Amino acid sequence: MSEGGRVEVRVTGFGGQGVVLAGHIIGRACAIHAGKNATMIQSFGPEARGSACSATLAISDGEVLYPYIGRPDILVAMSSEGFEKYRDELKDDGILVYEQDLVHPVVKEGQRAYGAPSTRIAESLGRAIVQNIVMVGFFGATTGLVPVEALREAVEHSVPAGTEKLNLAAFDRGFEYHKNVLTQPALEVDRPPLEGAPG
Amino acid sequence: MRPDPAGVLTGAHYLDGDFACGEGAMAAGCRFVAGYPITPSTEVVERISRRFPAMGGTFIQMEDELASMAAVVGAAWTGTKAMTVTSGPGFSLMMENIGLAAMMETPCVVVNVQRGGPSTGLPTMVGQGDVMQARWGSHGDYEVIALTPQSPQEAFDLTIDAFNLSERFRVPVMFMMDECVGHMTERVVIPEPEEIDVVPRVLTDKSPQEFEPYSVNGTEIPEFARAGDGYRFHTTGLTHDERGYPVMSVDCQETCVSRLLDKINDNADEIVRFEEEGIEDAEVVVVTYGITARVARLAIDLARAEGVKVGLLRLIVIWPFAERRIRDLARSVGAMVVPEINYGQLVLEVERCAGGRCPVVSVTHGGGGVHDPAVIAKKIIEAGASRT
Repeated sequence: MSEGGRVEVRVTGFGGQGVVLAGHIIGRACAIHAGKNATMIQSFGPEARGSACSATLAISDGEVLYPYIGRPDILVAMSSEGFEKYRDELKDDGILVYEQDLVHPVVKEGQRAYGAPSTRIAESLGRAIVQNIVMVGFFGATTGLVPVEALREAVEHSVPAGTEKLNLAAFDRGFEYHKNVLTQPALEVDRPPLEGAPG
Repeated sequence: MRPDPAGVLTGAHYLDGDFACGEGAMAAGCRFVAGYPITPSTEVVERISRRFPAMGGTFIQMEDELASMAAVVGAAWTGTKAMTVTSGPGFSLMMENIGLAAMMETPCVVVNVQRGGPSTGLPTMVGQGDVMQARWGSHGDYEVIALTPQSPQEAFDLTIDAFNLSERFRVPVMFMMDECVGHMTERVVIPEPEEIDVVPRVLTDKSPQEFEPYSVNGTEIPEFARAGDGYRFHTTGLTHDERGYPVMSVDCQETCVSRLLDKINDNADEIVRFEEEGIEDAEVVVVTYGITARVARLAIDLARAEGVKVGLLRLIVIWPFAERRIRDLARSVGAMVVPEINYGQLVLEVERCAGGRCPVVSVTHGGGGVHDPAVIAKKIIEAGASRT
């Protein structure tokens, strides 16, 4: 991880997938519900629905001065184009969290990669639109960056009124999917092991 | 006094600087906004237009920026707290009516979320190239107040201050955000209404028979009467006397215009705000503002690691300029380093106030991004070395 406990995250996908909302939820979880500081920047460019889009987060227990990221510690890739665009900047020991039906990653030695079929999980809940929230849940479980309760609260506060139940179900499904890919969070954090995780 | 609770969204939020600015305006009592959408400022009015109906506010999307500023001046004269929101290209178009607002002594707030210029420049990318325009953009002699936030939290807090200053001094206040602060999302804590101070529009208690709109009687700020309250008066951009009537004379020009300057300059110590860090034993002082102040603090850490005694003077109010403080510092420090995202604007004021007592180093950036802290650090280290 970066010096001074700073963790940098990039979330990428195609416009319309809810990339910025996913970044917003992670940032809100850190900054409002977990006592950290988190600065989010969303990409502003000629992005339109369907093209690669991204949001970045600088997360720290201390003050975040420099708002932009360098090489992220964590890359969340929800589309192939987004992964191709940003794969090279992921740190050599970074973590990739990806949509496994859309992204077919080749990672460097030292990098870890965790995939989930987030779109199919969302479709099984009846609404593909909650794919990004499934991914936020999976991100929370695999990285251990921020407590699950904080992420859950951030989801509840960030989605449109009336859709909380569906989105929380999506979050929980994404979170639980980690059991298929790993037994404990990828980051070394000072907190008890995940509920249900062996050992 | 305390604000109308309807406009105060108390709590901890995760907001970008634009949204936070909009929340600050509503908390300050702003109930009229006219604007024409322009990146990177549009989110301010998106937020306001969504929240205004519940508190009885009016947002009008005007045909252009000239009309937007004109509408703000008109609304302010009905007693409403009014604001417009734009970026560089729109700011240029507003200059004519900003001058009118200054001449008519109209309390209002103009938000400029600065992007790279000149002209349409870099719509989605950061700049700080409008800071001189904020002061000098309209023709003739007048004074304004201008503030520069460094975070979404300050975008909230200082927007309230901007409205308060505009009411206190009856002057258009320029709220000079930048794209980086406008588009960055961070925690913003909005206090309870009881913890927020707002300056209300104070209306004259004189009768319509005795009221004169620009009579000051020993003070520097005239009393205000709302259009529509039965007071017969005249107001104009022409040089005017106490009654507001045009008088084309040297004497009237002197009285009318000098007061526009004096009411700000004589109260500069009350208006000017800055923050200092590690100034006490500093050999080099970094003078900066807005997003660049955050980046400069990283540069200061790098330079300190190299043994340079360096402090920070962060300007919060850039106009009126922190003239007295810069003059004092120039006597005691070895050099000043001024990073800003332009080719050297406020550095000219720093040079003027330093008056040759210490070297002043400009660290420019054309816009589209923030400085590399290492570049600022190099200038600090060089300035520190030339000192010894």
